[in-house]
Amino acid sequence: MALPFFLILLLLCTPASSEPINIAAAANFMAPLKTIATDFEAQSGHKTRVSFGSSGKLYAQITHGAPFDVFLSADQKAPISLEAQGLAVKSSRFTYALGQLALWSTHASYRDKLREVLIVGDYQTLAIANPKLAPYGEAALQTLASLGISKDRIPRVVQGESITQTFQFIHSGNASLGFIALSQAVSFKASARGALWIIPHEHYSPIQQDAVLLNRGQPNPAAWAFLAYLKSQPARAVIESFGYQLPAVAR
Amino acid sequence: MFFSEADIHTLLLSIKLATVVTLILLILGTPIAWWLSQTRSRFKGVVSSIVALPLVLPPTVLGFYLLLAMGPHGLLGQLTQWLGLGTLPFTFEGLVVASVFYSMPFVVQPIQNAIEGLGQRPVEVAASLGASPLDTFFTVVLPLAKPGFITAGILGFAHTIGEFGVILMIGGNIPEETRVISIQIYDHVESMNYAEAHKLAATMVVFSFAVLLTLYTLTRQTHNKTQIHAP
Repeated sequence: MALPFFLILLLLCTPASSEPINIAAAANFMAPLKTIATDFEAQSGHKTRVSFGSSGKLYAQITHGAPFDVFLSADQKAPISLEAQGLAVKSSRFTYALGQLALWSTHASYRDKLREVLIVGDYQTLAIANPKLAPYGEAALQTLASLGISKDRIPRVVQGESITQTFQFIHSGNASLGFIALSQAVSFKASARGALWIIPHEHYSPIQQDAVLLNRGQPNPAAWAFLAYLKSQPARAVIESFGYQLPAVAR
Repeated sequence: MFFSEADIHTLLLSIKLATVVTLILLILGTPIAWWLSQTRSRFKGVVSSIVALPLVLPPTVLGFYLLLAMGPHGLLGQLTQWLGLGTLPFTFEGLVVASVFYSMPFVVQPIQNAIEGLGQRPVEVAASLGASPLDTFFTVVLPLAKPGFITAGILGFAHTIGEFGVILMIGGNIPEETRVISIQIYDHVESMNYAEAHKLAATMVVFSFAVLLTLYTLTRQTHNKTQIHAP
């Protein structure tokens, strides 16, 4: 009986001004965003609510009226398309991070020769994120092509529906190796477990991850404040510490 | 053609999966249902609960544990590797194993209900006339409980066709191996091919309605028949 009363009390105590910011974010950005959101809340007093998913899924939800204020995509395509459809605030879009691709395996015997293992095809299963839905999956395909690895030299490909599921396939040992976001490897300390190869940039086109203010967030000053914070030096330091590269400072 | 070639593959794969799973479940589920209907063992509750578990558990729980269990470090995975079969996730066989677990209650419960509905009398009469338990089952129980078996088969098949969550977690989305119709619809929706998604989704609606209609028509007919023949 005490709990409902306590909850009502809690509701009454919350200041009316702090309407929470609903953030839709790409799955690869989960770890840094948790830190950034916590820091932002402590600093500004605003509340955030974050939903994670593949960019494709979040995009579809937004176009169908999902109540998000801010969208942190894993690509540029979805935010640009939202802008074009008039679902996002004009000129609010900016690149908040440059994603980096990594190849990971839990097999310690692959250490220092992951590239060779991939090229020779001496493994059982390769996991990638679904290239139709996830930019990291598309980058994985580009890398395979750039390394000159044709389809018949890959023993078996499995697709995760997002970069998180791809990670899980490798982590559970069901895939021998797979392409993940470097940020996942950093937050999981994956290089200490098995083998990790950070893919050199020449093998894939840059994964520019764009943020955009959605129409629902326009009247909410907290949403503007959050996007400003995402561009700030402390936030950039966090983003970089998770294995992203940073775009040149937009002025 | 109405469907793309890739879509047809997913349709055929779903039908193949459901057929294999239904056959396995009818063979595997019948002794379990028979035992559950006859036993007075204190383990009855435990076995019933295990069979019914997939009704309650979210597919993510089942999929997550199956992925771990069937993986190279899991118990099931070590068994299959020891047998020289490799590991089961991302294979058609893996989907079969997962679906057998997942659709089990839909097959076992109708059969069990049908056998229990007969009461003990036919079994006792057969026994008093000297029939062995096996004879009793095949010549008395099986024909009398036939509607239960038909229901079980249809429900098991339909439920496997409609399976999604577990396959999403252990399938790996491989064309012609684990990309079934529900996964294909999900892919179409996620990549915003709404027209393609509609075609397959509408097909599923029509199919499911037809299955249920057949089921209800059949059970009503058998119901009427037994009523007419009842003394």
